[in-house]
Amino acid sequence: MQNLPDFILIAVILLNFFLLGTSRLGACVQAVALQGALLSLLPPILSGPSVHALSLAGGAFCLKGIVIPALLLRAIRKLDINREIEPRLGYIPTLLLVALTTAGAFVFGDRLPLLAAHLNSLVIPASLSTLAAGFLTLITRRKAITQVLGYLIFENGIFVFGMLLAEAMPLMVEAGVLLDMLVAIFVMGIVMNHINREFSSSIDTDHLNLLRE
Amino acid sequence: MLSHLLPHLILLLLLSPLLTGIITRTKAVIAGRRGAPLLQLYFDLAKLFRKGMVVSSTTTWVFRAGPVAGLVVPVLASLFIPFGGIRAPFSFNGDLVLFVYLFALARFFTVLAALDTGSSFEGMGAAREATFACLAEPTVFVIFIVLARVSGSLTLDAMLSSLQSHIGHPAAGVPLLLAAVCLFVVVLAENCRIPFDDPNTHLELTMIHEVMVLDHSGPDLALILYGAAMKFFVMGALLVSFFLPPQPTDIVTETTAFVGAMLLLAVAVGLVESAMARLRLIRVPQLLVGTSLLSCFALVLLLR
Repeated sequence: MQNLPDFILIAVILLNFFLLGTSRLGACVQAVALQGALLSLLPPILSGPSVHALSLAGGAFCLKGIVIPALLLRAIRKLDINREIEPRLGYIPTLLLVALTTAGAFVFGDRLPLLAAHLNSLVIPASLSTLAAGFLTLITRRKAITQVLGYLIFENGIFVFGMLLAEAMPLMVEAGVLLDMLVAIFVMGIVMNHINREFSSSIDTDHLNLLRE
Repeated sequence: MLSHLLPHLILLLLLSPLLTGIITRTKAVIAGRRGAPLLQLYFDLAKLFRKGMVVSSTTTWVFRAGPVAGLVVPVLASLFIPFGGIRAPFSFNGDLVLFVYLFALARFFTVLAALDTGSSFEGMGAAREATFACLAEPTVFVIFIVLARVSGSLTLDAMLSSLQSHIGHPAAGVPLLLAAVCLFVVVLAENCRIPFDDPNTHLELTMIHEVMVLDHSGPDLALILYGAAMKFFVMGALLVSFFLPPQPTDIVTETTAFVGAMLLLAVAVGLVESAMARLRLIRVPQLLVGTSLLSCFALVLLLR
């Protein structure tokens, strides 16, 4: 645990806790942005500053650290929502679940048959716990915007997992993933706009469960 | 270690009210006021001890026992904590459990004294105090487990005096830092500082500790104030041990470093109080559960 990557990964896991524990949407978006920005620093640190790693990091940083959070913050401002009022599951149970999944990720990560180089790194536990945090956000939150955030956290988890293959991963694949994500955020933005207009200034996805005359 | 008893007690008894003064002064300076004198709590204590006391006729001896327990317990608990170069006068294996439950004992008596008055307002404060203490306790124990694991010892004295050589160590550094952050939050919660309770308000519905001592006056109130100041000193000493310089030097230098660190801690608490508003009551359990989980995470990092 003597080097920078481990500190970054620990910070990422701590941000998961923060994300599931706070009710302020603006803080959530900023935390996701910070998480994405921190993660984008990883490829050059782990595999040396090659052109490949630097372009991967630059792309991820711009998109996950700047563009998408800016879009989401703009959406929050325009729709005038600040808080997740009543999540499906309270904050304390969610936090407990995150803690359980994080502990599980550490236990499971130690049992995987890994290369010797990855044996004691935090990459696998951090990735699994971030994936779980993304799932939990998707499951427990009602607002469309927090669902987008869950999707972003989920993508961050996949990105961490990809760090194991940082040298092998073609640039096109990663670029494609980032592009997919951007498109998905756009689509969600449009969906949010529609929900908001249809149900008179609320982006509660529960409205979508009900049939109306 | 008994030779350390006298300097230990002198340090605790003389210095603890000063910390409260520093917190108040920091808050005042940040707010642009001049603030009360640094020694204000000493003056207050001297004044209160000279005053008479009004005791409600509905109360029993329990009411008088609360402040006494509140004063004696921090003194007893402090005997297990090293103050910089001054090692703890007493220590035995497992004294960390006694340390935690001594404070629980003091809380038990304070709560009983509050209930003894028969005031529903004080009962409400007592209920809150008991609830939040339950939530803060797991954090303290997990932190102690982390410390015991790092230092390989079960006495508070050995744990805390050897901490400084471990915190720079890479494998233990991050868990210890997380534990220190959790402990800081617990110190704020246990001493009713601002994100949890506002020590300045006496008439607000959200207050916790202050409401329980509303009926105490004169010397009893002085005992409570003095006990609270010493409790802050003892719990602060726990936290400060994380950050003392690692090289073992002579006893005077170490103790000076300890006192300096305590003063810095008081300034830090003052800064937190100036920067934050009190949390809504409903968010307090959430924060305390969060710190419990954070300390568990520190333990997981340490164990792998």
